[in-house]
Amino acid sequence: MCRTWEITVSESRQPEAPEDDWRVQYWKRNLRLMVGLLVVWFAVSFGAGILFVEQLNEIVIADFPLGFWFAQQGAIYTFVVLILIYALRMDRLDEEFGVDERDAEGNRL
Amino acid sequence: MTDIQFWTTIFIVTSFAVYIYIAWRSRVKETAGFYVAGQGIPTVANGAAVAADWMSAASFISMAGLIAFLGYDGAIYLMGWTGGYVLLALLLAPYLRKWGKFTVPEFVGDRYNELVRTIAAGAAILISFTYVVGQMRGGGIVFSRFLNLPVEGGVAVAAAIIFTYAVLGGMKGITWTQVAQYTVLIVAYLIPAFAIAQTITGFPIPQISFGSVLAELNALSIEFGLDSYTEPFTARPQIDVFLVTMSLMIGTAGLPHVIIRFYTTKSVRGARYSAFWALLFISLLYSTAPAVGAFAKFNILDGVGGTAVAELPQWVDSWEATGLVIVNPDVETIESISNNPADEADLTVDNDILVLANPEIAGLPAPVVGLVAAGGMAAAMSTAAGLLLVISSSASHDFYFRRIKKGHASESEKLLVGRLAMAGAVVIAVIGGINPPAFVAQVVAFAFGLGAASFFPTLVLGIFWKRCNAKGAAAGMSAGLVFTATYMIWSLYISPGSTVFDISPEGIGTIGALVNFAVAIIVSKSTEPPPEDLMELVENMRYPAVTRRDVRPARPTKDQAPHTELGGA
Repeated sequence: MCRTWEITVSESRQPEAPEDDWRVQYWKRNLRLMVGLLVVWFAVSFGAGILFVEQLNEIVIADFPLGFWFAQQGAIYTFVVLILIYALRMDRLDEEFGVDERDAEGNRL
Repeated sequence: MTDIQFWTTIFIVTSFAVYIYIAWRSRVKETAGFYVAGQGIPTVANGAAVAADWMSAASFISMAGLIAFLGYDGAIYLMGWTGGYVLLALLLAPYLRKWGKFTVPEFVGDRYNELVRTIAAGAAILISFTYVVGQMRGGGIVFSRFLNLPVEGGVAVAAAIIFTYAVLGGMKGITWTQVAQYTVLIVAYLIPAFAIAQTITGFPIPQISFGSVLAELNALSIEFGLDSYTEPFTARPQIDVFLVTMSLMIGTAGLPHVIIRFYTTKSVRGARYSAFWALLFISLLYSTAPAVGAFAKFNILDGVGGTAVAELPQWVDSWEATGLVIVNPDVETIESISNNPADEADLTVDNDILVLANPEIAGLPAPVVGLVAAGGMAAAMSTAAGLLLVISSSASHDFYFRRIKKGHASESEKLLVGRLAMAGAVVIAVIGGINPPAFVAQVVAFAFGLGAASFFPTLVLGIFWKRCNAKGAAAGMSAGLVFTATYMIWSLYISPGSTVFDISPEGIGTIGALVNFAVAIIVSKSTEPPPEDLMELVENMRYPAVTRRDVRPARPTKDQAPHTELGGA
């Protein structure tokens, strides 16, 4: 397990320096995850729950018209799952790029 | 004293005693100040505290009743007030936590400048005022019913209690009190819901079983001159449903009293998980509410509709005293039911009483009714106290201390200004609570519209677009706020009922946010970029850790230093 070492502060930073690569990489992957989750967020709530609700209401599952179910139940459950996925995936991403927060003993905060 | 009054008093007094006891106990341990990060509060507890802060009288008392009368269209509140957490978790909370300031005005003050900070403080006060009005109304309804007062008296009693509670000081910050409040309110909400689901459908989980009454509910609704329950866009046109939902979502993400809670987590990671726990706890109530609404409406239509006035159930009689249930004196049999007195239906039932009256309507025993009343108070209290603290801190710290006195004011002076602002807020909230411009949930929706138009775009641009500068943010925020407030005032007071393109005053916040984004981008682009060191600070907000750990696989070159400094935050 990697530990955190104290390091000296380097004041000057070249914008194009190679150590900046990881910054760009990390940010890109974060944005990609974010955009993916937001697409689902929009599709379930505004798509299934509002824009296509009338078409989906033609389908009835377990006594619920499907569009109505998405608007009053399904969207809420999806939101919870989306945030959980984001938190878990960001844990992995932070660790991979070494920007996860750890205390002096190396335990995750 | 009736059985119901007895149990209500017991539950409200006991729950208050518990809150005060916990506050007093945790206060001793938290003298270091509750905003200090890493105070060892588990993320789950912080999530419950966010949920208690968040779920107000509007969620607890008003929402299910609104859904009962709106049917499908009630989804605006269900999706709007939960979907915003996705935006909060993905776009704001982790970054604001990394920045490390305690309030929204403080963040924008650092990120932009003092002018933007002042506008943000003004917006925070305006939004919190609007929101507090809804809480007073909700608390007032509880007291009005259970103390047998007219609604005005109930509002005054609720205001007095909320004010005392907030002035007692800092309670809001004490997470454990709010964990207790969350527990009270969720238990109070779920017990009657499960009992009613069991009684009506024979299956106790309301989320699953309310489907089985939908078909019959549609038929009954049409029979009594109402819209079919599951039919979309009966109360609002599609475009408005879209815009109101969006406005509530982005408003949620920008509400100052919710954002403040994410600064108390241990880490950036903690902020993400707090958002998850918060929404999980919130979704317990929010997924139950549509079932409660459907069952309540079914009970009313099935139990009261077609009944002779002389044979109406007991709950109609007890709620008539509050003036929130009206039986048309000229009819003998109830043939039409409405939630709007202007309809002059045979029976008028105010949305706001449905959750509170539901246990009575379903014939549940008096202790359950008392528990629901205590839950309603917990919801109104925890939110109102949080809002009053935002008002007082914005007024005393961001306005008086930073703006008027330019940083030269004593602690006692600040405290006095803060308390005066709080008292002023309570007085205005009481007046507003007695003469509400709309139903509780709608009043709250206006607050969200203003939040959507002001905070959300400014915060998102501040985090994701380094080039956004102070001039752009100030212009964008003012434009969004003025545009939205003007439309609301025009549509509600100057020319009541008029709209442009069917956009209701609750939905205009979405357009206001777009105006804010557009103005901020155009003005930022045509003025000079922010200073280099500020851009570097914004860059650093992106990475959770202060220092980067050595990660070999991602770093092929061996001759570099094992760490890269992320900069001082």
